[in-house]
Amino acid sequence: MTTLSQPEPVSSSVTGPSLAKTVSTRGIGAQLRHIRYVLADNPVTAGSFILFVIFLLAALVGPSLVPYDPLASNTASALRPPSAQHWFGTDQLGRDIFSRVVVATRLDMIIAIASVLLVFVLGGLAGIAAGFYGGWTDRIVGRISDTIMAFPLFVLAMGIVAALGNTVTNIVIATAIINFPLYARLARSEANIRREAGYVHAARLSGNSDPRILFRFILPNIMPLMMVQISLTMGYAILNAAGLSFIGLGVRPPTPEWGIMVAEGAAFIVSGEWWIAFFPGVTLMLAVFCFNLLGDGLRDIVDPLRRT
Amino acid sequence: MTAQPLLDVRDLTVEFATRRGTVRAIEHIDISLAKGETLGIVGESGSGKSVTSYAVMRILDRAGRIAEGSIVYSGIDVSAASDRELRDLRGREMAMIFQNPRAALNPIRPVGRQIEDVLLEHVQTTRAEAKQKAIEALEQVRIARPEERYHAYPFEMSGGMCQRVVIALALACRPQLLIADEPTTGLDVTTQKAVMDLVTELTRARGMSTILITHDLGLAATYCDRVVVMEKGKVVETALSKDIFARPEHPYTRKLMRATPRPGAALRDLLPLELAAAAPALPPQAPPGETLLRVEQLVKEYPRQDSGSLWPKFLGGKPKEPAAPFRAVDSIGFEVRRGETVGLVGESGCGKSTTSMMVMRLIDPTSGKITFAGEDISAIPARDFAVHPMRRRIQLVFQDPTDSLNPRFTAARAIADPILRSGQSLDDQAIRARCEELAGLVGLPVEFLDRLPHQLSGGQKARVGIARALALNPDLVILDEPTAALDVSVQAVVLNLLQDLKVRLGMSYLFVSHDLHVVRLLCDRVIVMRSGRIVEEGTSQQVLETPKADYTRELIEAIPHPPV
Amino acid sequence: MLRTIGKRIATAIPSLIGVIVVTFLLTRVLPGDTASFFAGPAATPQAIEEVRKQLGLDRSLPEQFVSYVSHLVRGDLGTSLTTGRPVVTELATRLPASAELTLLGLLIALLIAVPLGIIAAVRQGSWIDHLCRIVATAGVSLPVFFTGLIFVYVFYFILGISPAPLGRLDVFASPPPDITGFYLIDALIARDFETFRAALAQITLPAVTLAVFSLAPIARITRASMLAVLSSEFIRTARASGLKPSTVVMTYAFRNAMLPVITTLGMVFSFLLGANVLVEKVFAWPGIGSYAVEALIASDFAPVQGFVLTMAVLYVLINLGIDLLYGIIDPRVKVEA
Repeated sequence: MTTLSQPEPVSSSVTGPSLAKTVSTRGIGAQLRHIRYVLADNPVTAGSFILFVIFLLAALVGPSLVPYDPLASNTASALRPPSAQHWFGTDQLGRDIFSRVVVATRLDMIIAIASVLLVFVLGGLAGIAAGFYGGWTDRIVGRISDTIMAFPLFVLAMGIVAALGNTVTNIVIATAIINFPLYARLARSEANIRREAGYVHAARLSGNSDPRILFRFILPNIMPLMMVQISLTMGYAILNAAGLSFIGLGVRPPTPEWGIMVAEGAAFIVSGEWWIAFFPGVTLMLAVFCFNLLGDGLRDIVDPLRRT
Repeated sequence: MTAQPLLDVRDLTVEFATRRGTVRAIEHIDISLAKGETLGIVGESGSGKSVTSYAVMRILDRAGRIAEGSIVYSGIDVSAASDRELRDLRGREMAMIFQNPRAALNPIRPVGRQIEDVLLEHVQTTRAEAKQKAIEALEQVRIARPEERYHAYPFEMSGGMCQRVVIALALACRPQLLIADEPTTGLDVTTQKAVMDLVTELTRARGMSTILITHDLGLAATYCDRVVVMEKGKVVETALSKDIFARPEHPYTRKLMRATPRPGAALRDLLPLELAAAAPALPPQAPPGETLLRVEQLVKEYPRQDSGSLWPKFLGGKPKEPAAPFRAVDSIGFEVRRGETVGLVGESGCGKSTTSMMVMRLIDPTSGKITFAGEDISAIPARDFAVHPMRRRIQLVFQDPTDSLNPRFTAARAIADPILRSGQSLDDQAIRARCEELAGLVGLPVEFLDRLPHQLSGGQKARVGIARALALNPDLVILDEPTAALDVSVQAVVLNLLQDLKVRLGMSYLFVSHDLHVVRLLCDRVIVMRSGRIVEEGTSQQVLETPKADYTRELIEAIPHPPV
Repeated sequence: MLRTIGKRIATAIPSLIGVIVVTFLLTRVLPGDTASFFAGPAATPQAIEEVRKQLGLDRSLPEQFVSYVSHLVRGDLGTSLTTGRPVVTELATRLPASAELTLLGLLIALLIAVPLGIIAAVRQGSWIDHLCRIVATAGVSLPVFFTGLIFVYVFYFILGISPAPLGRLDVFASPPPDITGFYLIDALIARDFETFRAALAQITLPAVTLAVFSLAPIARITRASMLAVLSSEFIRTARASGLKPSTVVMTYAFRNAMLPVITTLGMVFSFLLGANVLVEKVFAWPGIGSYAVEALIASDFAPVQGFVLTMAVLYVLINLGIDLLYGIIDPRVKVEA
């Protein structure tokens, strides 16, 4: 039993080390232990991490492992329900749904990752600059964010893809644009708080230039929160891309992609052929779920105070 | 002690369930309180003094529970009472006031309504009557225009005023016991006195018992009949206030008592005996050298808060007169000479921190001149000063040691940062050697150099901050309330360290503080500021013992005077 | 008070300007020939030229913007190529269908999510708390079009308790007299309970789909902000004053906890209006979302542009309403304004 006392070794303060070698934890070791502790404490996060690895593998090597060509139609075996031969059944053209779902992983992941990375770099930098420098930088970034936020985001994405042209690249761009305010605002507020932090003033007193303070003092302290944001937006990016392709934007048939596969299966739901839409839909849901849980878990590791 | 105490705490142990298992916040404590008595519970952070009071009110958060012992309030066992019984006790029989008064009030409910809620809960009364009583309650805590203030929200009131409302709320139902948990921490010393005098007056008039929980032994001894000293969850001493300074029994009380800055005590007197014996005697004060820093007619203005957007103004019709800017610092001038320590004293908002920030060249003055070592540094914009060669000669020790250290830098990296940025071409070994030398100077064990801030104690972090400020051998160090965030025993040690370093390294200090006692210990000269202006200036002795300005006298008066 | 409201309304003006500029830029400055965009894929060169003149594309960008705005002011959003009718008329006739669906979805979500969040926070660690956390994470992970399809399969195909997902009323029923445009309300006004029942049967599944989707963020933020408020110092004061638990939770905690929830409503609406498009497609709901999707597929640009603009303007107005509501609850806002 210990008491709740704050670690304040009063007795040893003037003369020196009494606690000297009792604790010799280094930053990274402690961090790793903390992560392991959180994972062990929170099996859901651990589970979502495993799921994440599976999706990653499917994206990397999936296309070379699947039993059927995802594009090969075979009208003789169209609309078959799930069986040993076709695990997820076949669609109206006789294509193997399992193979298509697995192959689609790569495209969906690429869209999500590319858009999130794009917005992470642009939104993050813009936000940090706005928060740190204030003034007109802040006003411009703020005005851009506000204007984007004035639209319902999915509707804006629709408009952007419709105007820019119906391609996968434009889906990536649209998804990045609608997430811009989220990143810019987070980075801005965090940078703004830290701009007035004692250690930033101290850094200035030590003779650090503004860019150095930004990249060596502020950015590393914001990074963990930004990583959580990445994980949380990944799920949203996947949903958004799938939603766009569901209404016929971006990816075109016969390319396998989860959203478009659900759209193709939608027509067969009312006649009972549930599997065409069900399996890509469930996979999509799992992917989003996985990233959201991972984000929550990451938040627990990075920022225990914001646990919800 | 009377035969029938109002409150009797026996063998109380409170446990908290944490991620690391159960910890005991307080262990087997006994406290009793007579009717009409005022009891102080004194201790440093983590002593369990607040937990004790929460246990008495049974408002521990969900992780905490009373593991052993009993709390008996006038015959009722509080520790075993049902929620219903507790509700009848709280507010009607025993009430509590808290530290941060603004946070203790519901931010979106008029303060009068909040008092009314309590009245309606405990007293058989109608809404209209309750309103009248709430207004009376506000009147009793000397709030001017109580009918108007009834409708005010906490954000519309000052901290001292909020604390009055909290007191009104606590006393509204005429309880028998008032628990005050650090009621004046964070308030200015004059406000502290006003609040404490009010509490004393009201509780005496009603024959109430009071428990005052505080870290300030002087405050407790001034206002309480008896004092209980707690350390690490245990009661180490209980004594009458008039005896505690004269005859402290327990070694911890003695240390705490010694460490409390008070009239007549010199810097070395604050240290525990064994350290004081080991510390070298303070050398006689060398006469100050030539002028190092000269501040002339310094002004800092801030624009008044505005709505910010252009549109409301555009639609608002008539263009508003631009509001006169707010003068945080109003044309002040002073000097710091080589080897001298000058204290800058005042209450919050007096402009002392703004002044130090301008001298530090972190913000630009609106007008005026700052001359350092013969060079006009006010002409260099703040943003360029970071890389100016003059920078290394002025350094700052921050108020909050935690906030001033980058959470991702080890102690060594933090100390080395100014050296790395100074343009000296030193190899890693030389830098490490310098860090170890500095660590030795400030009494930080070398093993701690590789730790991150969260692995260091408050005192150790303060040492890292000091070492960093010394890294480039500055001529002038600005100390911005360097011990305000520290416990009093750590403060004693850090103050001594600062004094030793100054003598040893031949620096000058500009010491910014709200605490006159602390200033007196360290400073040769003192400047008292109020509302951006200097109201008095002179040697420490003269300002503290024969103050000329009324305001200075008021400040000195307001400091608790424990019975000696 | 009026002045405060006036100032709030004024703050929406930059957003409106931003929305108009962006919709303009989307169509005019992007790569590709705007005229052939608006003329559609099957247009002849003359037709394209005509559109070019009509849109003023042969003039400078500022001039184009002026003419774009003056068209907007006159309520002219162009003409749909596929139907040949003015976009404004079509949007106006379809808007009530979308609004009815969205608002009902939100209402259901609020009725479930807010109490759920409160109970979860008050009884932290109980089964209802765990349920709330699962709902919060699962809800945002569900692709709304997929949930809709599952509902159709289960309630229409398997259980047969829901009508075919084909619009606001089945083909044999006739809509109630048009008063508000909301079938449920109009049917009640006309005391036509048969039509009310039919409309309710049609709207239930899509509205529940939307509710499931927007439930998650509301429950999550309600729970989180209740937790934050419950552990705050003024709640401790309230408890130390012996106030009833119901007073503490409702009068003290809930009203404070509502502030972040109201702020989040803006975000929820953003999601809802987007999800609305997908749900309308799944349930063949004759709203403005499905109108836009049909136009998109037909490369009919004027309706898409009109749709984006309408949604954005609506959203700006909704946010304005949320701001005003916030100002009513939080006294601190008046001072800042």
